[in-house]
Amino acid sequence: MKTLTKGLDRKKVEEISKLKNEPSWMLKYRLDSYDVFKQLKMPKWGPKIDIDFDNITYYKKVFDSVENSWNNVDQTVKKTFDEIGLIKAEDEYLAGVHVQYESEALYHNMLEEIKQKNVIFLDTDAALKKYPDLFKKYFGTLVKKDDNKFAALNSCVWSGGTFIYVPPHTKLERPLQSYFRINSKDMGQFERTLIIVDEDSDLHYIEGCTAPNYSSSSLHAGVVEIFVGKNAKCRYTTIQNWSNNVYNLVTKRALTEENAVMEWVDGNIGSKVTMKYPACILKGDYSKASCTTIALADKNQIQDTGAKMIHIGKNTKSNILSKSIARNGGNASYRGLVKITKNAINSQANVKCDTILLDEKSKSDTYPTNICENKKSFLEHEATVCKIDPNQLFYLMTRGLDENKATELLIMGFIDAFKEELPLEYAVELNQLLKNEPIKECKR
Amino acid sequence: MLEIKDLTVKVENKIILDKFNLTIEDGKTHVIMGPNGVGKSTLTKVIMCDLNYKIISGDIIYNNESILNLTTDQRAKKGIFLAMQNPPYIDGVTNADFLRTALSSKYEKNINLYSFIKKLDDAVDDLKMPEEMVHRSVNKGFSGGEKKKNEILQMKILEPTFIMLDEIDSGVDVDALKIVADNINKYKENNKDVSCLIITHYTHLLNYVKPDYVHVLKDGKVIKTGDYKLALQIENNGFNFDKVVIDAFNGSDASE
Repeated sequence: MKTLTKGLDRKKVEEISKLKNEPSWMLKYRLDSYDVFKQLKMPKWGPKIDIDFDNITYYKKVFDSVENSWNNVDQTVKKTFDEIGLIKAEDEYLAGVHVQYESEALYHNMLEEIKQKNVIFLDTDAALKKYPDLFKKYFGTLVKKDDNKFAALNSCVWSGGTFIYVPPHTKLERPLQSYFRINSKDMGQFERTLIIVDEDSDLHYIEGCTAPNYSSSSLHAGVVEIFVGKNAKCRYTTIQNWSNNVYNLVTKRALTEENAVMEWVDGNIGSKVTMKYPACILKGDYSKASCTTIALADKNQIQDTGAKMIHIGKNTKSNILSKSIARNGGNASYRGLVKITKNAINSQANVKCDTILLDEKSKSDTYPTNICENKKSFLEHEATVCKIDPNQLFYLMTRGLDENKATELLIMGFIDAFKEELPLEYAVELNQLLKNEPIKECKR
Repeated sequence: MLEIKDLTVKVENKIILDKFNLTIEDGKTHVIMGPNGVGKSTLTKVIMCDLNYKIISGDIIYNNESILNLTTDQRAKKGIFLAMQNPPYIDGVTNADFLRTALSSKYEKNINLYSFIKKLDDAVDDLKMPEEMVHRSVNKGFSGGEKKKNEILQMKILEPTFIMLDEIDSGVDVDALKIVADNINKYKENNKDVSCLIITHYTHLLNYVKPDYVHVLKDGKVIKTGDYKLALQIENNGFNFDKVVIDAFNGSDASE
């Protein structure tokens, strides 16, 4: 076990790098990022973020080794992951599972057939050591250290995360999953995920996150970079269910080559404040991207979510579908950017954001930025805000559903387009999470 | 048995039902006729506890128990069912999911999936509905006839004891109406105690579903009660309710 004292300075950054026995370029990268982090101001957009950077633990390693069998994992910890259904899902459904506990990996295992396909699925620290050239070629090229204050912080203190490389012409039949857990209070988790799907390949990656509830705030500031090669496809599914003391400030970005497809499926149920706008840079001609998101903002929660699509290649297509639910005084807002650049002719972008407010106290705003720089492209934006329709409610109640159950069913209908994108197991679980009950410690 | 006693109902400060009285015994079928806006639909919605309507006085008693303090879903669980004139559509919720949720609400337990599917398949067959309709969003993009069939589908699945049909015959072609009526009749045959309240403008439904009583409603009150013949008289008057009404007030038969 190794825990750094709270707060951050250059010395601690050096210590993290030393603990990880990193090459000198990474230490330099971390230190440069530290300077950038100190210089950058808090984001000018979005909700007020009240984080005391001196009261956060930036690095904590709980277990000395990464296990590939649950039998070797600490029994209490194993129980936690059993209760949230991860172990069962691994048995039945997944091609590989990676678990991060605080700052470092705890468990890592993948099917033999995935290994035989030469797929690399590692924690990011291990990938830096094992595949330094591949790592260096991509790391930090899509989300640069000066992108925003939290990307800079991540670049400075990153630890763990997932590294995936799918070689050309390789299709994974089953998804790979990573699971991130923050277990102590005042903890900062800064995983760094790097995914490369090479030409003609296909990957579905699933990410889950939870934390137990403490009165003081934890911080999750991950960075995700995804490279989708020519004719390749990547789907990235997240359901974050952080406890409502976690600031969830994540930078996620993908880049598509010619005729590639990137699909973000992003569910935000938990956290105190989430600011997350999965992005795709449609670089290659004929590439496509979509972002399907839901956000549920309950009492004392702010979900500031959306998507960004930057069209650079010709004949590119993007589609954003955002569904937000606010209840018990929560705030669920959409913030997004679509930009079709001058050369991205014959491109098409659709944005649809729907919000449902379940009571008078709850709030929602829409902040879209839509830019189209050529006349041969097409950009469409549609936004709706509604309440539960009393006629629909009455109708369901005449069939014996009580008000709660009827409301629940209407919400399920509202987010149906999102649910359809989820693997069945996760859709069932989402139903549980969305029930109008105090949010319990989550599954997955 | 349903008893409505001296029921006065207001909506937006207008009295819609005025000291209205009606008793429907088990196994009986009553029809309420009358021009638009006389409170026919209001009656069904008040029985179902639509909160847009305010009850000023009176009582509604079902099986010897006042239901005024019950919520809509509690009334539904007592076996009261309303097939609506214009049921809303519900995007993203399939018919099958909706019905299964409704059934498990009614019995307050999870219902057996296989027996549910069997029951649903049979009901869909009886109503000559395309099978895929159970997997479509409730009423979304349904034609007039499909919506009415869907209401009857729900009735068959939920097995109510008192059924209100609010203009089940409007916006339906003859073939669909025949199927709807056949299913209502079959349900009544199989459940002899089931009582029925039919709201209609027209008499053609009554060619198929035979009423025991026909009431004419005007200004929030029943102004005339008769049997099937009264409906025929109304039809012979070319839906001229005014004449029926005048005749009723004059105390004479509405004959030609």
